[in-house]
Amino acid sequence: MITVALKGLLGRKLRATLTAFAIVLGVAMISGSFVLTDTLSKSFDGIYHESYKSTDAVVSSKQAVKTEDGSTETPAFSAAVLKQVESLPGVRTAQGSIEDEAQLVGKSGKPIGSADDGIAIAVDTSADQSQNPLKLVSGRWPSGDGEVAIDKSTAEKEHFEVGQTVGAFADGPVRKYEVTGIVRYGEVDSIGGATITVFDLSTAQRLFDKQGKLDLIRVSAKTGVTEAELVRQIRPLLTATTEVKSAEAQASSDSKETQSDLNFIKYMLLGFGGIALFVGSFVIANTLAITVAQRMRELATLRTLGASRRQVLGSVVLESVVIGIFGSAIGLFLGLGIAAGLNAILKATGVDLPSESLVFSGRTILVSLGVGTLIALLASLRPALRATRVEPIAAVREGAVMPTSRFARYALGVSLVVIAAAVALSSWSVFAHGLEIKVRLFGLGGGILLLFVGVAMIAKRLVRPLAYVLGIPGARLGGTAGKLARQNAMRNPSRTASTAAAVMIGIALITFVAVLGQGVRSSFTSAVNELFVADYTLIGSGEGAPISNKAAQAVAKAPGVQVVSEIRSAEARVGDKKILITGVDGNLTKTVHMTWTKGSSSVPAQLGRDGAFVTDRYADDHSLQVGSSLRVKTPTGQSLRLHVDGIFDEPQGGSPFGPVSISTGTFDRSFANHDNDLTLVNVNGGPTAENTTALESSIAAFPDAEVQTRDEFKDGKLKGLTMMLNILYLLLGLSVIVSLFGVINTLVLSVFERTREIGMLRAVGMTRRQVRRMVRHESIVTALIGAALGMGIGVFLAALVTRAVSDYGIGFSIPFGSLAVFTAVAVAAGMLAAILPARRASKLNVLEALQYE
Amino acid sequence: MEAVQIYPEPYERVSVPVVSAENLTRRYGSGETAVDALRGVSVEVATGELTAVMGPSGSGKSTLMHILAGLDRPTSGEVRIADTAIGNLNDSQLTKLRRDHIGFIFQFFNLLPMLTAKENIVLPMSIAGDKPEAGWLEELTAKVGLTDRLTHRPSELSGGQQQRVAIARALVSKPTVMFADEPTGNLDSRTSSEILELLRDSVESYGQTTVMVTHDAHAAAIADRILFLADGLIVKDIGPSSAHEILEALEEVTTR
Repeated sequence: MITVALKGLLGRKLRATLTAFAIVLGVAMISGSFVLTDTLSKSFDGIYHESYKSTDAVVSSKQAVKTEDGSTETPAFSAAVLKQVESLPGVRTAQGSIEDEAQLVGKSGKPIGSADDGIAIAVDTSADQSQNPLKLVSGRWPSGDGEVAIDKSTAEKEHFEVGQTVGAFADGPVRKYEVTGIVRYGEVDSIGGATITVFDLSTAQRLFDKQGKLDLIRVSAKTGVTEAELVRQIRPLLTATTEVKSAEAQASSDSKETQSDLNFIKYMLLGFGGIALFVGSFVIANTLAITVAQRMRELATLRTLGASRRQVLGSVVLESVVIGIFGSAIGLFLGLGIAAGLNAILKATGVDLPSESLVFSGRTILVSLGVGTLIALLASLRPALRATRVEPIAAVREGAVMPTSRFARYALGVSLVVIAAAVALSSWSVFAHGLEIKVRLFGLGGGILLLFVGVAMIAKRLVRPLAYVLGIPGARLGGTAGKLARQNAMRNPSRTASTAAAVMIGIALITFVAVLGQGVRSSFTSAVNELFVADYTLIGSGEGAPISNKAAQAVAKAPGVQVVSEIRSAEARVGDKKILITGVDGNLTKTVHMTWTKGSSSVPAQLGRDGAFVTDRYADDHSLQVGSSLRVKTPTGQSLRLHVDGIFDEPQGGSPFGPVSISTGTFDRSFANHDNDLTLVNVNGGPTAENTTALESSIAAFPDAEVQTRDEFKDGKLKGLTMMLNILYLLLGLSVIVSLFGVINTLVLSVFERTREIGMLRAVGMTRRQVRRMVRHESIVTALIGAALGMGIGVFLAALVTRAVSDYGIGFSIPFGSLAVFTAVAVAAGMLAAILPARRASKLNVLEALQYE
Repeated sequence: MEAVQIYPEPYERVSVPVVSAENLTRRYGSGETAVDALRGVSVEVATGELTAVMGPSGSGKSTLMHILAGLDRPTSGEVRIADTAIGNLNDSQLTKLRRDHIGFIFQFFNLLPMLTAKENIVLPMSIAGDKPEAGWLEELTAKVGLTDRLTHRPSELSGGQQQRVAIARALVSKPTVMFADEPTGNLDSRTSSEILELLRDSVESYGQTTVMVTHDAHAAAIADRILFLADGLIVKDIGPSSAHEILEALEEVTTR
């Protein structure tokens, strides 16, 4: 029997290959994301360990409240600690440093890289450099004001040499520095895509407003003193905002943020790989079901020759498992190839990472092969069970049909129950009170998968009406070929349904994302339209990172400026939750149109030292009224006691304010970072070209800041959303591609099954072109059925979710333009999938086809 | 009593040929395993006549029909259908020629299961983008006795009814010549007679030139002319004959 199964597979190479592709892409995604994230993770680990290579213990500042964005809100500690550490008996050397963020300016005048990528490091360059992770490649260390060293990779890319002048800025305007040296980070020329700017210690302390302070002390132990002993000796010196760790522990804690970013990417990619495999399982199940039906005579013959039901079952399952292993193996290496390609691209774009080779771990191989094979195995069970029900008599009976399942009469009921359960689970997940976000997401995910299964089960009942309607354009345009195509799509509803169901899944998820995206877009747009009454805003160019408040001071001096209002924010703990606290000034209501539930527009100007206003949602959730008090704990370790002065009615699309807003004065006293999220400006004469030019030239020294009008601000923010949507479309598009292999498979099998019919059509005068058109239109109708079902599900799910989160800035709005595009894409995909089967059909030899049994 | 004439003179042709073939050979495969299905056949099919082609299995009768109908190409020799030499036609020209000039009836009916009887009948015309003339479809369906079966699908029709649909489909475009490949091969004897009557009737009523390949002497008995093939050659060419005469002739060419 095993031989029969394997020989049969070899005899159907094309089908086996096409079916294998149902798995290849999903597995490739899994193995690719493992390899890529493993490799990156190893590289970054290397970087962090390099940082403390010759170090035994690290003293660093500690946040009183851990924030997501760790670096900017970490307070520096007194430089006196260094002297104390140096005097400890176990310490050989100790080196204090400032580690902050600064950006270099390229020769074009634009900042190099994004705000997050500008690393600033300063050490006492007159002392022992053995612990410094930076090594001089050429030139000398900077000393005193006006000198910097930069990393080799940036120097090469931007053509800077020792002796030249480079612009750099941190918390203030750009200043010119002389490049006195080129450095390397350990063994590599740069860290990822980051730029490194090295300052003299005292320069950095002034620049970052950390006079007499340090961010980090690297300590090396005397011979014979263990790390643990060293840490023990240092510990008594620590204050509330400092901590000491062994170098090893410090490196792992430094890499934690990167690791969690990488894990996020990994799980996201794995998720999309999983979706592609889920779609692949539909494709495999459907292909096998058709194959089993077509091989009925063969299976029955095997039964008459004495094969048991179990053997028949085994042969079908085996066939699928072999396809699964084959597909997974290809996918595994395809994934490796993709990861290698991406790595090469990273390298080519100058993101130099220390690790040379890809990490191809046993886990990657095991999981990729295992998951792919398992999916193929599971997908084969239903068709295999059907195959066992073929009676031996079918071997001799002309025109025998597949026996229907014993459970066929319950099919409708079962599918309705599945759909109902799916809807119930999804609704519970999004509407139920007090669930953890993880539970909600898993519940929703499970509900969606279940919904796909339920709709796929019931789809065969929808195929006829859908094919009829969706086939109308084809029947009109394609003449008889188009009409026959429509009827072909309708003649075996369960086959068309399962094929379309695979397409449905991808399209449903794409639609879901598109509708949510549109919801965000429209509520964001209306929120901006409502709130933003300023003429201009200053905002970080590119990703909109916060910019120095010195830019606000600069812009205030521009001609014609009437009002400047600054908005900045930071994370802090209120009660047991970390929330965003916004700092606002008295000019706020001249630039932002706010509606007050309690209080009036005079509130922001009168916040004073302890006043705060809160959003209505936050007030509702925490039963706050005017006069209620709030306790805030900031990352720098300060405690604030605030009283609520007003309640602000926040629009659905959000606002620039966190749940709690305080005066800039209080904000600056309580938080380390004083950069502005937004700097709103009103100008005489409103937004005009002259005013724009005037504002732009006033902030020429702040290359990371951009002047935007309301519309530019909206477009800029939405650009990021569009990009994110496009990435999601791309990743979900993969599962649509997988489903196309299903369409190809079904068509190839149908063409094969209808060989004699096609022969007859050709004999009575159908041209090859018409045959191709017939197959193509059937493919299009199938794809459109999938698209129609998918869009229906996608819109439904999005409606459910937006209803549940309507408080959180997502309204429900159908992006008809996008849906039209998806429909066009479905048509194009159908045409693409039909190429091979249509060619096969049209190339059939008429005579042989007519005599085909 | 007159003796049965076993070797009649070649049948006298009175009308113009619509299909003609000269020196057809057809070789399948190559080298040692090559098979010569036709080894030099010349034939003319006259307008308005029903020509039956008979012969034992492997005699080349099906091959001859396929070539005459433009479904297969000869290894050598020339075929003309409706004044067109088909040797140099490409696939789409040949398809168009079939569409315009040839009708087919198959042993296994070859109807499209998802179309109704009526849709099956007009299929060749709709493929060509045409419609039957007013009244013609009604006349035709009445002739084949399907007027009240037109909305049925093939699965709802008996074998005889399905073959009637197939005949109507072959006739609907008023082809220059109609080819029938074992039209009764898949039917019981009573139904066979009805189908044969219908075929004969279409020759009588519409002057439909017809070529029929058959095993069945009763079927051949309705023909105006019967060609016997053996080993890839026409070995006998007789006029209207009884089933009995045909059987004897067949016996003779088979055991030759």
